[in-house]
Amino acid sequence: MSDFLSAGWSVYIALATIISLAACLALLVVTARGKSGSKAETTGHVWDDDLRELNNPMPRWWMILFIITIVFGTGYLLLYPGLGSAKGLLGWSSTAALQQEQKKTDAALSVVYAKYAAMPFPELAKDRPAMAIGERLFINNCAACHGSDARGSKGFPNLTDNDWLHGGTQEAILETITHGRVGMMPPMAAAVGGPADVSDVANYVLSLSNSPHDVAAAARGAPKFVACAACHGTDGKGNQAIGSANLTDDIWLHGRGKDAIMAMINNGKTNVMPAQEHRLTREQIHVVGAFVWSLSHQDGVADASSH
Amino acid sequence: MTPAPIPSGSFGRRPVIPIVPAGTSMYRAEKKIHPRSVKGWFSSWRWVLVVLTQALFYGLPWLPWNGRQAVLFDLGARRFYIFDLVLYPQDFIYLTGLLVVSAYSLFLFTAVAGRLWCGFACPQTVYTEIFLWIERRFEGDRTARLRLDAAPLSADKLWRKGGKQAAWIAIGLWTGFTFVGYFTPILTLVSETLRLSFGPWEWFWIVFYGFATYGAAGYMREQVCKYMCPYARFQSAMFDRDTMIVSYDTKRGEPRGARPRSVGHAGLAAISKGECIDCTLCVQVCPTGIDIRKGLQYECIGCAACVDACNGVMDKLEYPRGLIRFATENGLENSWGRKAMIRRVLRPRILVYGTVLLAIVAGLATSLALRRPYRVDVIRDRGALAREVEGGRIENVYRLQLMSASESRQHFHVSVEGIPGAAIASSPDIDVDPTESIWLPVRVQVPPDEAQALGPGAHPLRFRIMRSADAGHADPLSEKSTFVVPR
Repeated sequence: MSDFLSAGWSVYIALATIISLAACLALLVVTARGKSGSKAETTGHVWDDDLRELNNPMPRWWMILFIITIVFGTGYLLLYPGLGSAKGLLGWSSTAALQQEQKKTDAALSVVYAKYAAMPFPELAKDRPAMAIGERLFINNCAACHGSDARGSKGFPNLTDNDWLHGGTQEAILETITHGRVGMMPPMAAAVGGPADVSDVANYVLSLSNSPHDVAAAARGAPKFVACAACHGTDGKGNQAIGSANLTDDIWLHGRGKDAIMAMINNGKTNVMPAQEHRLTREQIHVVGAFVWSLSHQDGVADASSH
Repeated sequence: MTPAPIPSGSFGRRPVIPIVPAGTSMYRAEKKIHPRSVKGWFSSWRWVLVVLTQALFYGLPWLPWNGRQAVLFDLGARRFYIFDLVLYPQDFIYLTGLLVVSAYSLFLFTAVAGRLWCGFACPQTVYTEIFLWIERRFEGDRTARLRLDAAPLSADKLWRKGGKQAAWIAIGLWTGFTFVGYFTPILTLVSETLRLSFGPWEWFWIVFYGFATYGAAGYMREQVCKYMCPYARFQSAMFDRDTMIVSYDTKRGEPRGARPRSVGHAGLAAISKGECIDCTLCVQVCPTGIDIRKGLQYECIGCAACVDACNGVMDKLEYPRGLIRFATENGLENSWGRKAMIRRVLRPRILVYGTVLLAIVAGLATSLALRRPYRVDVIRDRGALAREVEGGRIENVYRLQLMSASESRQHFHVSVEGIPGAAIASSPDIDVDPTESIWLPVRVQVPPDEAQALGPGAHPLRFRIMRSADAGHADPLSEKSTFVVPR
């Protein structure tokens, strides 16, 4: 209705509807009685030599059906919204109907979720129906970024490798999903030095994970890594408290190889995981969290590093 | 009264005949038709068809098969079970095929012998026949019913009408119940009946379908055929001059009229009378209330009740049968015998209908016989276009939908081809539970050098899905997709 803001349109539509209904009824009354003098079975029209138009009376039940539609239409317009912007006597609205449906569904679901909310991740991960629900939630809410196999892609973390930027404990995962995360790597080129230094540091970072690198350049870069160590740690293993990446494993969120690493040092990057607390209920977050946890614990056993 | 002007055209201006007396209603209450009961060859056949079609309709939901209902349309799960077949909504083409076959059968039968469907197999006819039978049990035959309708209200009338209504309503509800039994397992429906705990849609359809049966077979009857049914009208378009239709043999019958009993068949010429004694039995038995002696009319549903009635009269008079019979227009005009008319059945129109019908039936049967008991769909993952994984390999993710149309567990092996070095990185062996449909993420990897050789962009890739049960004697199913190498 956004194009028809004026209240006049509402009156116009209501009037048009009422007049149409009345006209239908009038038409029925006016045409229900014959007008001419004598009786004949045809209208007198003849086509193709012998094709005559018959003028048999309509069956009365047909007329009754017609009246029923008019009565139904009138009743409907009284009870439901339809006459312009009139609300109808029942006060029905599609929004209210939807909310009612949702309330009903929530009530039915809360019974299911209540059972799961009390279960810790390792226990929940073994519950097949719970994981089926978790997978649905993941596909509908998470897969758009993390991929439907949860392995992510460039810029979107792989959730199956048990490598966690912000921690892989139950509490950390729930926090990540509920409130979201912002991962911020500032541009570090100036802090590291000139373009050659950036290249050296990139080689050093590659060396941390034994990736192919220039050994001499890495040696030159090692002292410059001090600037990075504030966040990534002197050993380059990162810090889950601030979400800095572990540089010693062969996992590259923002691209593999020297060029990608230099781009990160030169430009930095702010990566956002949006908060889900307004999209999902606490219980849903619990189940989808357990599903995510289960992806890196396929044997169902919590290992020391993440739990 | 001034006549209304008619549009000028090729007719020019001509006077219009005044239509209806002023003040009379243009709508008419339909007079109830009380068809007289009739016995005979065609009537027996109609009862055979009533029993066959209704044994099928009422009985089928009770037939067990593979541990479930033989015919069940599970709308909630979107699975349609018909004996050994498990159909998906994607298989609706078979329903289309079935409808095309039905249409062509209708064309064929109608062109050969008129409205056979209407007169013998149409649910409207069949249920009307059942409801009429009940009406006869309670209220007697035509004359008794006419008298009862005219009689004032009495205890006798009340019990006869009430008993009929009760029986009608029971049959209507049973029909609605059976109808819903094709969608909800009928045994579930039975236990729901005991507790009266139907779901809202079950309630609606049992009552609505029951009411529709009651109304259409108890009250609307021939009105449905005359005013509502589209097929009734277009079937006349299938007629030609060699179609066998219920016909009154004017040459034999006229001039009609009463005659002394002493005059035999041989003496008819002497008193210049035809064979029709004008007993009007043919009119009394007609379920649509027409007089077949006026020739073919659109109301005629080809039920041949008048043929049976007239043959009975002819037998009593010791006249030859067939004053009213199935005959063609050409046959009546040229006084052909039955054989001469039947010889004209194989005319081009029938051959075309027959050939098309056969071809479609054969096509449908072949397609069903060769149908794979599973369906596969490969869709590229919408989240991740492509990614680089350990060792610089390029990985793409696909969602594989596997739909099992089998009632046993099926095992599949998935492979890819079309790109050198491409391989499935996730588990290539997939199990699908009976009649399940699963969505599975599948990862395909291409080694770095091969990816380099391909260059950035989308490259055609084919998935091959092999069912273990088919290994060695059937080709794997091939599904096209693309593999993306990032810049």
